[in-house]
Amino acid sequence: MTTGSISAAARGVRWTLWAAGLALLALSIAVAITIGPADLSVGDVFSVVGQHLGLGDAGVSRIRDGIVWELRLPRTLLAAVCGAGLAICGAIMQSLLRNPLADPFVLGISSGASTGAVMVVVLGVGGGIITLSTGAFIGAVVAFAMVLLLAAGAGGTPDRVVLAGVAATQLFSALTSFIVTSSADAEQTRGVLFWLLGSLSGAGWHDVLTCGAVCLTGLVVCIALAPALDAFAFGEDAASSLGISVRWVRLVLLVVTALITATLVSAAGAIGFVGLVLPHAARAVVGPGHRLLLPATALIGAIFLVWVDTVARTVFSPQELPVGVVTALVGVPAFAVILYRRRVPA
Amino acid sequence: MSLSTRDVSWVVGGRRIVDGVTLDVADGSVVGLLGPNGSGKSSLLRLLAGVRSPSSGQVLLDGVDLAGIRRRDVARRVAVVEQQAQTELDLVVADVVRLGRIPHRSTWAPEGEDDRAAVAEALARVELTEMASRSWHTLSGGERQRVHIARALAQQPQELLLDEPTNHLDVHHQLDLLDLVRRLRMTSVVALHDLNLAAMFCDRLVVLKDGAVVAAGTPGEVLTTGLIADVYRVRAVVTPEGPGGVPSVRFEPGPP
Repeated sequence: MTTGSISAAARGVRWTLWAAGLALLALSIAVAITIGPADLSVGDVFSVVGQHLGLGDAGVSRIRDGIVWELRLPRTLLAAVCGAGLAICGAIMQSLLRNPLADPFVLGISSGASTGAVMVVVLGVGGGIITLSTGAFIGAVVAFAMVLLLAAGAGGTPDRVVLAGVAATQLFSALTSFIVTSSADAEQTRGVLFWLLGSLSGAGWHDVLTCGAVCLTGLVVCIALAPALDAFAFGEDAASSLGISVRWVRLVLLVVTALITATLVSAAGAIGFVGLVLPHAARAVVGPGHRLLLPATALIGAIFLVWVDTVARTVFSPQELPVGVVTALVGVPAFAVILYRRRVPA
Repeated sequence: MSLSTRDVSWVVGGRRIVDGVTLDVADGSVVGLLGPNGSGKSSLLRLLAGVRSPSSGQVLLDGVDLAGIRRRDVARRVAVVEQQAQTELDLVVADVVRLGRIPHRSTWAPEGEDDRAAVAEALARVELTEMASRSWHTLSGGERQRVHIARALAQQPQELLLDEPTNHLDVHHQLDLLDLVRRLRMTSVVALHDLNLAAMFCDRLVVLKDGAVVAAGTPGEVLTTGLIADVYRVRAVVTPEGPGGVPSVRFEPGPP
């Protein structure tokens, strides 16, 4: 009987935590959109948002309206979506490949995307019809398909997937460097480099809606497969003996995470370290069970990237830092702590 | 005969790892699977669990071909304890045992009362109830194997397959673990290296060599000087009526 009442109490605490987490995310977004170089009062910002939500006329100039509704808000929302999506993909990769150092880019997706992007920007592939985002998405999918074929041909075990990913990453990075060094001018190189490091500048509502829809769908699929991910704790044979169709689950999860990652990378570049570090942080908070871990990872990732992007665009204002640089600057020390805590006893 | 095989073979990369094995496991009996390294014990267990599909022949569960049964339904019937299964994750004992409920839970359902009851009962049967919230990584080898057995019991199976569960355990824990398996009174197939342990705890023994069955029967029928010389290439003295009325094997140096 006591166990029943304890777990009921625990469930109450859990719901409170979720509510607090979501409130924190909403608060973070609300605060982040009031911060920026333009001289806008907090009141102006919220009356603009209120106006667009149908809460009466804001009485703010069109330029100021545009700064809030067309620049700051979509950018902040895209930061939240990217943080959530990359963190989930990282958590899944780590569980699926049984590798604490796996991240969403382990399958060569970011380097494939960069090759696609430079082919469009530098070489002019697509004749102006294909945008940088589309080129990046196609590049990412091509790289992922290559990894999948290579890994399947080599037996499909987690270490083969990782090795295939390493091979693809090297190949596409080399192709990107080759194209940039042989053909690009200084201006193009700088633009490509900025994008490669991850940047949320220029985010529009179109990006928010596309990425949001893809991430949400992916999250639902992954949570549905949460018990299967739990079953991988002791390896693939153990998962199989627990009734999991290992090949099927692995394929579905690889494809879903690849599509999420490719969509996010094509919108915001390769924002590193979010997918590597935040799943570990989430595990420390809610434990390794995926039914809780995946939504918690998404929430922590969203809050994290909203703040990191706010720092990236304001610290050296008007000069903007690529958000990937800031995530790495925060991420590397965090990563060092993880490595230290996982150290092998001497 | 709840679990049986009919002329089952498993070929990988042109090598015949399991070669035409036919065996029947009687309900409630403990069958020991013997044979030197590489004789196909682990592979045969994987075929019995349905984790691998046979290249030819059939594995039958209550007379039905395992190939035609959904993985999830197999997992509710047959549970596996691998040798030395490890995890990187920071799990506690109860988390590991709870994995055994996965085949019983539907996609969106939260953990139910029957899940909690099954986990509690499984922990009690292996006498680990007090250790439910201990971290996996702080456990000794013997404790880890007991946790895996508890996880297997949480699956509420009718058949239990164990792959060298006593590997790397000291003598006390080897005896303790096999005594536990015995007391569970479930239909069990146990791959073992130690012939004396096999004689003490198994009702019947099946001996594999190069993937094929070379002997099967009670410990008294199977464990003979000739068979040990043939299969293990060692000289042994077998006392047919050793301690407890089961054969006892002592090895001697030199060629057989």
